[in-house]
Amino acid sequence: MALLRHTTGEIKERKALTVNPAKTCQPVGAMYAALGVKGCFPHSHGSQGCCAYHRSALTRHYKEPVVAGTSSFTEGSSVFGGQSNLITAIDNIFTLYDPEVIAIHTTCLSETIGDDLMQISQKAKDDGKVPAGKHIVYASTPSYVGTHVTGYANMVKGILKGFVKKTGTPNGKINIIPGFCEPSDMAEMRRLADMMGIDITMVPDTNGVLNGPMTGHYEMYPNAGATPAEIAGMGDAKATIGLGRWATADGVNFLDAEFKVPGHVMSLPIGLKATDRYVDLLRKLSGKTVPDAINFERGQVVDLLSDYSQYFYGKKVAMAGDPDQVLALVEFCITLGMIPAYTVTGTAGKYFDERMTELLKDVPYDCKFKCGGEADMYLLHQWIKNDPVDLLIGNTYLKYVARDEDIPLVRHGFPILDRVGHQYFPSVGYSGAMRLMEKFLEALLDRLDRDAPETRFELQL
Amino acid sequence: MSTKPTNVEEIKKELIAKMPTKVARKRAKSILPGTEVGEAIPEIQSNVRTIPGIITQRGCTYAGCKGVVLGPSRDIVNLTHGPIGCGFYSWLTRRNQTDAGPDGENFIPYAFSTDMTEHDIVFGGEKKLRAAIQEAYDNFHPKAISIFSTCPVGLIGDDIHAVARTMQEELGITIFANSCEGYKGVSQSAGHHIANNQIMKHVIGTKDVAVEGKFKVNMLGEYNIGGDAFEIERILEKCGFTLVATFSGNSTVEDFRIAHAADLNTVMCHRSLNYVAEMMETKYGIPWIKVNFIGAEASAKSLRRMAAYFEDQELIDRTEAVIAEELEKVKTVVDEIKPRTDGKTAMLFVGGSRAHHYQELFKELGMKILGAGYEFAHRDDYEGRHVLPTIKVDADSRNIEELEIHPDPERFKPRKTEEELARLNEKGLDFKGYEGMIGGMGKDAMVIDDINHYETEKLLEIYKPDIFCAGIKEKYIVQKMGIPLKQLHNYDMGGPYAGFNGAINWYRDIDRMVNTKVWNLIKAPWQTDGPELEATYVA
Repeated sequence: MALLRHTTGEIKERKALTVNPAKTCQPVGAMYAALGVKGCFPHSHGSQGCCAYHRSALTRHYKEPVVAGTSSFTEGSSVFGGQSNLITAIDNIFTLYDPEVIAIHTTCLSETIGDDLMQISQKAKDDGKVPAGKHIVYASTPSYVGTHVTGYANMVKGILKGFVKKTGTPNGKINIIPGFCEPSDMAEMRRLADMMGIDITMVPDTNGVLNGPMTGHYEMYPNAGATPAEIAGMGDAKATIGLGRWATADGVNFLDAEFKVPGHVMSLPIGLKATDRYVDLLRKLSGKTVPDAINFERGQVVDLLSDYSQYFYGKKVAMAGDPDQVLALVEFCITLGMIPAYTVTGTAGKYFDERMTELLKDVPYDCKFKCGGEADMYLLHQWIKNDPVDLLIGNTYLKYVARDEDIPLVRHGFPILDRVGHQYFPSVGYSGAMRLMEKFLEALLDRLDRDAPETRFELQL
Repeated sequence: MSTKPTNVEEIKKELIAKMPTKVARKRAKSILPGTEVGEAIPEIQSNVRTIPGIITQRGCTYAGCKGVVLGPSRDIVNLTHGPIGCGFYSWLTRRNQTDAGPDGENFIPYAFSTDMTEHDIVFGGEKKLRAAIQEAYDNFHPKAISIFSTCPVGLIGDDIHAVARTMQEELGITIFANSCEGYKGVSQSAGHHIANNQIMKHVIGTKDVAVEGKFKVNMLGEYNIGGDAFEIERILEKCGFTLVATFSGNSTVEDFRIAHAADLNTVMCHRSLNYVAEMMETKYGIPWIKVNFIGAEASAKSLRRMAAYFEDQELIDRTEAVIAEELEKVKTVVDEIKPRTDGKTAMLFVGGSRAHHYQELFKELGMKILGAGYEFAHRDDYEGRHVLPTIKVDADSRNIEELEIHPDPERFKPRKTEEELARLNEKGLDFKGYEGMIGGMGKDAMVIDDINHYETEKLLEIYKPDIFCAGIKEKYIVQKMGIPLKQLHNYDMGGPYAGFNGAINWYRDIDRMVNTKVWNLIKAPWQTDGPELEATYVA
């Protein structure tokens, strides 16, 4: 008896059918990125269902309020264009919900009919629907191109396009564009920069927005996120760091090309080595010394690794997730002595194959990996059916595979629908590395304890 | 602080005061007071377009068709034709439990999508759809495949029905398609109707077998969220009914095929499945009654009416015995909990029947309903089915196909004569009847259709109910204000709430929620005390 009872190890080539995807569509990423701007109201230019689905997905993952508007397309607007719906929406949103910014993203519907957000937002301004001092930013995010990660990247670029200016007076700051990750991760990226005494601008920054406190009051616009004024200043910054190629390269390159702010795209700082590179780059760009407090945390990571390497060593891992996330996790697993046996991501990109090949070159195992449409959790499960692994890493949907195959799962990525913690505790930085190691160990050692025969059941591990 | 408005008309004015004129004018027609029992019910505007930019609870046609109606059926491969998002978001997110046994077919844990990309949008997606159906067949060998189109499919003109027909012939299994593009209709409701039509056309009545059982019924509009259908199945079996098919909680396509063998259709969610009930009556001669298994008393009443229909003393006696036994268990719990919930207040803004049904459960706890409204219902769900002939069909409803149904030449068999039906009607069977939500709610209650975020926030400020019922999108907004929100789509992972055991689960959950002490923790000691002592000791 199994949940995914129709999955077998017999792998047949698929070209048209995706089963149990390791991705979702652009607009949800765009909505998430927009929430990292202070006073920002995300708006979905499409059918009501898109907005309802994206709000639900984000709410279930964060257990926090997520509001957004929709153009509520009908058959008529789908035929005649969505301009009038969008202008009505803009007017209603500013009147009733009073945001500083509306961040509009498109959907497959509005893209298929060819609605032009630049033209429509200009018309809204010309018609006097945008109050003085308020802003509209936008991004084209057709669901039939890329994935939620692409949508995040596109909205980040849309936000930058909408606000960034160059006054010519350098502000000495470093811009940080975090990849598609948790509010807690964004906080941790900032904390490391703060510890080094570096003044940064982080866009987007969802810390405080999607992990807010219970106060007895509802604030549609929490006192968090990057302010339009801060974002405007990014054109005068010393440099930009993008953490995660898929999610941030467009934004980084935009600032480089338009404002001559030198850009650096690197991994999400998950694990020891990627965090080392992040800290080292911060050091080089700022000219600041890495403080002992950071060396201390780093030392703790190495200490934990040396203490427990026997339990990590040689363990086979299967994972599914976003490319920026899984590439960093694969590197970390290798650092820990584990074998990233199978890796899939629904988001395509040539760099994925290149980087995986590079990371795996010294791993003594025939690891399988794949990206794009048919690189889904069904395929991952089929690989596991043929040769099992010791640990699964991925979002909540993998719990069905975990249960069927009796393999422990460490939840990571988006969405996590059945556990809490991701919004509050980071997986990036040295403290994030320790948290991940703790999670991996819990999973592996719980299994060791569960499966040990009475004669070999140990008090100490 | 403004003075608290005291009646519904005053509160309504406050709700719409800040809205742009056109919005206010439109919203005013969807907000009215409840009525007393027997009083005439005024018309409420419903099933009309949501105004763009107004934060709505509503979803789309695809969600109603795939997510609600067909999604819960386990042995059908539900294939989404479109970009990846729609198939992803409707993957296991509605908590439709199912019992496939140790080796039965169960595709519910799977998401199937054609994952359309730019190339398919530009050059058409029919080829990919055909290939995807073939691959689904090769990998999974299902008995049936159902295709759901998403927004761009309708715009680029893929003929999904033609693909379904061709592939059905090639593969020799049931394949049918639903043109449920998200932009059709004004809410999920259009999708329900489309799914009803396609099940009726392609599945119901496609298999003739003798079904055992003396008292055969179908349950329409019950989706087994949190195990509701399991509890209803338990009760029906205990009473002696044979449940032929449930549309569509814990169901199979095989059940749907033989559904015409039932002698009575019972309708739980009127909004989402009334079309099939009507069409089956015309085509097969099966009468239908509205039932409600939410609430212990309501369940008892529904069972009595179902038993009365069959006019069999043994069934009636057995049903009464079951009711007595079950109600006794229920009473023990109500007696324990009611002192803690009596007089507390609730509001329900959700769905197309739940905002009505769940009022029963609150009343059993002595709680007062301050307001209620549906997310996607029609006037008949508010005012009662007698208004059906007066409902204007607007452009958004007109684009949903109305099937022309005729009696089946071989299978039409009136279960009761006109005289029998009339006699049973007098006994309270109320065939084809539904009284709607508004009647009896009382003039102090607020009724709002398609409530939006702005109105919700205002209402909560004004009424401060002890509990608010809506869905996941509203949950944490409401709770940030220190008011517990009970999700009535997914039950906050609780349930079942149907039937007698379900009522008991509900009482306990509501007791926990309205009496929680968690809100008392919001203020830290230093936030409630006076200023810090500023003096310091001088050594």
